[in-house]
Amino acid sequence: MTQQGVRWTADQVLALAPDAASRKAGSKLGAAGPWSEAGSSDEGTVWGLCKGSGSKPYQTVVDIADAAGPAYKCSCPSRKFPCKHALGLLLLWAADVAAVPRAQAPEWAGEWAAGRRRRAEKKAGDVSGAPSGSADPEAARRRAERRAERVTSGAVELEQRLADLLRGGLATAEQSGYGLWEETAARMVDAQAQGLAGRVRELGAIPSTGPGWPVRLLEECALLHLLGRGWLRRERLPDGLAATVRSRMGLPASADGPPLRDRWLVLAQYDTTDPRLTTRRIWLHGAGSHRTVLLLSYGAAGRAPELALPVGLALEAEVSAYPGDGQQRVALGEQFAPPAPAAIRPPGMTTSQAAARYGDALRDDPWLESVPVTLNRVVPAPDGDSWQLADADGDAALPLTPATRSRPGLWRLVALSGGAPVRVFGEYGHQGFTPLTAWPEGTGDAVALC
Amino acid sequence: MTRTSAPVDAPGADVWEGLVTTALLGTDRRTPPGTAPGPDAPAALLDAAAVETVRRRAGRRPARAAEPLQPAPEDPRPALPPAAARRLAMLLADRPGPSGGGRRGAAPDLTELLPQWLALANARGFAPPPQVLPALLDAARGRTDLRPAALEFAGPRALWLARLNPDWRFALRATPGGGAAPPQPQDDESVQQLWQEGLFAERVALLSALRSREPAAARDLLATTWATERAEDRLMFLDSLRAGLSPDDEPFLEQALADRSRNVRATAAELLSALPGSALAARMAVRAGACVAIDHTRTAQPGGNGVENGEPAGTTTNAPTIAVEAPHECDPGMERDGVVAKAPAGRGERSWWLGQLVEAAPLATWPRRLGGRTPQEIVALPVADDWQGELHAAWCRAAVRQRDAEWSRALLGEPSAADAGGPGAVSLAERAKLLGTLDAAERAEWVAGFIAAHGLSEAFQLLGVCAVPWAAPLGRAVVDALNIARDAGSYPWSFSGVMGLAERCLDPSEASRLDALLAVPDEPEDASPGAGGYWAEAFQRLVTTLRLRAAMTEELEGA
Repeated sequence: MTQQGVRWTADQVLALAPDAASRKAGSKLGAAGPWSEAGSSDEGTVWGLCKGSGSKPYQTVVDIADAAGPAYKCSCPSRKFPCKHALGLLLLWAADVAAVPRAQAPEWAGEWAAGRRRRAEKKAGDVSGAPSGSADPEAARRRAERRAERVTSGAVELEQRLADLLRGGLATAEQSGYGLWEETAARMVDAQAQGLAGRVRELGAIPSTGPGWPVRLLEECALLHLLGRGWLRRERLPDGLAATVRSRMGLPASADGPPLRDRWLVLAQYDTTDPRLTTRRIWLHGAGSHRTVLLLSYGAAGRAPELALPVGLALEAEVSAYPGDGQQRVALGEQFAPPAPAAIRPPGMTTSQAAARYGDALRDDPWLESVPVTLNRVVPAPDGDSWQLADADGDAALPLTPATRSRPGLWRLVALSGGAPVRVFGEYGHQGFTPLTAWPEGTGDAVALC
Repeated sequence: MTRTSAPVDAPGADVWEGLVTTALLGTDRRTPPGTAPGPDAPAALLDAAAVETVRRRAGRRPARAAEPLQPAPEDPRPALPPAAARRLAMLLADRPGPSGGGRRGAAPDLTELLPQWLALANARGFAPPPQVLPALLDAARGRTDLRPAALEFAGPRALWLARLNPDWRFALRATPGGGAAPPQPQDDESVQQLWQEGLFAERVALLSALRSREPAAARDLLATTWATERAEDRLMFLDSLRAGLSPDDEPFLEQALADRSRNVRATAAELLSALPGSALAARMAVRAGACVAIDHTRTAQPGGNGVENGEPAGTTTNAPTIAVEAPHECDPGMERDGVVAKAPAGRGERSWWLGQLVEAAPLATWPRRLGGRTPQEIVALPVADDWQGELHAAWCRAAVRQRDAEWSRALLGEPSAADAGGPGAVSLAERAKLLGTLDAAERAEWVAGFIAAHGLSEAFQLLGVCAVPWAAPLGRAVVDALNIARDAGSYPWSFSGVMGLAERCLDPSEASRLDALLAVPDEPEDASPGAGGYWAEAFQRLVTTLRLRAAMTEELEGA
C-alpha cells in the first residue's frame, strides 16, 4: 500500500475543499514557502509544519490511506474541514515531490495516524461481530408501524388535495400560488412522508416556469398520485417495486444488498444545497462489473459532507445496494485500498442507447428523473438557444437540460471538444442530458464539468 | 415543448392533449374521456395521466442532430507540461475577492502572478489545455491589462469558442484575425480595399500592422488618401509613423508641417525633431544655438546655482558660464516648425519658446556649440540668470525624445547626489523617462545606487522602469532598504507598493537571502507596536511568492 508513486492532481485535492474560500486559501498555501519538515510515509500519512502568523507553526497531518477519503488533523483554530493548511499540504504533496519527500513520520503525526487506524480496525471488527438491529426488535416493529400509519394518513390527505385540484382545474393553481403547496408540504412533513413533501414543494414552483407549465404540472401531479396510490396498495405490489415506493416516500432503509467488490472509478461528485442540507452525489463506475452506482452523503447547512472522492481516483472497495428495483444508490462497505489516480474510462454508448436505457429504467422506477450514462463519440453543438450532444457517427442527438446552459461546465465541455468527438458521462432523463465529466478522444485525464 | 423533445406517437399525443385540457379546466367542467362524471373523475384522470406520463417519458427518442459546428482550428503549439497545467488551473482559480481592505497576510497574491506566468508560457510557445480556455477568457474579460497575453496564450481555439459565447466577444475585437483577418501586405488589392472601405479601427490596425513589417509601404499607403482624411484621423494615422521612424519619412513629415490642423503640424514637428538628421532638426539647432552660448566674461558665483559636482567653481574668477538669451518673438518660421506660440497660463512667453527650441534641437549641437565639452561637462556648467531649470528640463525632454543615453546619463547625474538625481533632473517622472534610454543593466545599477542613498520612499516610480527580474545589485538594494525600514520601526504597509513590486520583480534566486528576515525580531522600545510581526509576515509572503515564481518557471521548463 505505497503512496509514493501515485500522487493526486491539484484538482483532485481542491475537490476536497468545503467551499470556494477554502479552495482559494488552500491554493495559496500549496507552495513550499510556509512549510517546513514536510514529508509523507509509505502508510499514506502526509505531514508538515506550516508557518502562520503566530510564532509557533501549525502541525498539519493528513491520512490519505482511508478509503472513505482523507482524514485530517491540524493544530490551527479553523473550524473549516479540511482547513486551508490541510489543503495546502496536500497541494504541495501533489505538485512537488521534493518538498514532501518520503520519510519517517514524526511522533506527533505518526501517533495520530496509527491511532486512527487502530480505531477503524476495531470498529470494523465490532460491526462484523455484533448482531445487527436494535436491542428490542418488537419495539422497533411497533415504531415502524406507527410511522407507516402516519405516512398513510398523509398519503390519503394528499390524494384528496390532488382530487380537489383536478376538480377545480389546474388553471386555478396559477393563482393560488406557492402558499397552497407550502402548506401541503408542511402537512406531509408532519406525516413523516419526506418524499411526498419534497415533491409537493416542487409543484409550487412549476406554474412560474414559463410556457408548457400545465403539462409539467399535470405530469408531476400524476406521478405524485401514482406514488400515493402505490403506497396505499404496497401490500399488493411485488417486493422490489414496494421497496422502491417506500424509498420514494422517504422511509428509511438500510443498504442490505450483497456486497459487490470492485475497483470503483469516481465518475463525478457534485453537491446540491437547500437551506437545511447539503447533499453530495458521487457516481462510481466498477471497472470489473461495469455497474454505475451512486453514493450519497449529507452535510448540515453550510457544511460540506464528509465523504469526498475526487473525479479520476479509483478505490478498491465493496458496496452494497439499497433495497428497491432499479435502485442505483449504494453504501460504501469495506475498503481494501485507498483512492488513487487511475486511467480507467467507462465504456460508452450512443444517444439512442442512452434514451432506451432511461425508458427501461422507468419500468422499475416510474419516478426516476434520470439515469447515469456515458456517451461515446458525441459532439456538443448549439441548437437554437439550447445545446445538444450529437452522435459523431449518426444524426441523433440528446438535448442538454436547460439548467446546463448557464453552467461553466458547458463551456469546459465545448472547449474540450472543439467540435470533435468526446466521451461524456452524465445523467439523462426526461429533461435532457446533464453532462458531469468528459474525456477527450485518445488519451487524457477526465475533466470534471460540475 | 421544444423541437428537441422526443416525438411521441400521434395517437398517444391526442390522448395526452385531451388529458391536459381536462386537467386545466377541471373535472367539474369536463369529464375525462372514458370515465364517468362524478367524485371519482379526478382520480381517474390522474390514473390516466400517470400512465401517459410514464409512457411519454419511456418513449422519448433522441432528437435530430442540429447543424454540426465547424471544428476548432488546430493549435500547433506543444501542450503544457502537466505540472504547469496544474499551476495554471490554480492561478486561474484565484479570483480577487470582494474584500479589498485589510492586511494581506503571509500568503502570496496569485492573481498578480498570472501575468508573469502567461508571459513565460508565451515565451516558450506552449498551448493551453482546452478545458481551461473558459476560465482564461473570463480572466481576460475581467482584466484588460491581462488581455493581450491571455489571448495570445489562449490561441485559435479560444477565438473559436468566443464566437459561441457573447460574453467573450471582446476576444474577437481584441485580436487581429478574430473578426476578419487583416490582409497580408503582399495582397495589394485587399490592402487597398480595406484601406478605402474599412472602419476607422480596422484602418488603424492595418496601418500599424503594415508599418511594423514594411515602414515605407505603410507611409505610401497613407499618402494615397492623406489629403482627403479628416483632421482627427490624420492625427491618428500620423502617430502610427512613430514606430520605425526613419530619415525616409522626412519628406512626408515636412509636408505635414504645412497641414491645416495645428495638432497634425505639432505631431509632425515632434516626429521630425526625433530625427536628428532632419532639416527641421537643423533649423531648430540654429534657432536654439542662437539662444545659448558660453559667456567667458562672467564671474561664477561659488556654489551659487546649486551645482555641487561640477567644475571647481569659485576658485577662478573667470569660470565659463552658460548665458541664455531667450527668443524675443515666435516668428512664422518657428510656428511652422511646430513651436506653439501661446504659452500656458503662468509661464513667460520667452522661456516657453526657448524650452521648445532646445527640446527640438539635436543634442549633438551642444558639444560643438559649447566649446567641445562632453554632455557631462555641459550639464555641470553654471547657468546665468536662473535659466538653469528651464534649460536642463528642455535637455531632459530632448534626451528622452532622441533616446540619447549619454545625455541621459549626464542629466541623471550620480544616483547618490544629495539632491536626489543630479543637477538637471526635475522630477521623478522625468528621471524615470531618462532611465528608459539606458540599457537594462545600467538602469538597474543607477536605481540601486539611488535606493542605497535615498531609501525607498521615492523609488517606486523608478523601479517601475527597471527590467524584470531585477538585476542582482538592484534586488539587494531593495531588500537592504526594506530591512533598514524595518529596523527603523515603521510598519510594512508604508512600503506596500515596493513590497508588491518586489514580489513580482525580485529574482527568485534571491529568496534564500531573505531567510534571515523571516523571524519575528525582538521589539525595540521605540518601535511601532507589533511592527516586527507584520514585517516577518510581509517577508514571509515575499519569500513564498518568490518560491512560487521559481516553481512556476521550473514547471514551464518541463523540469
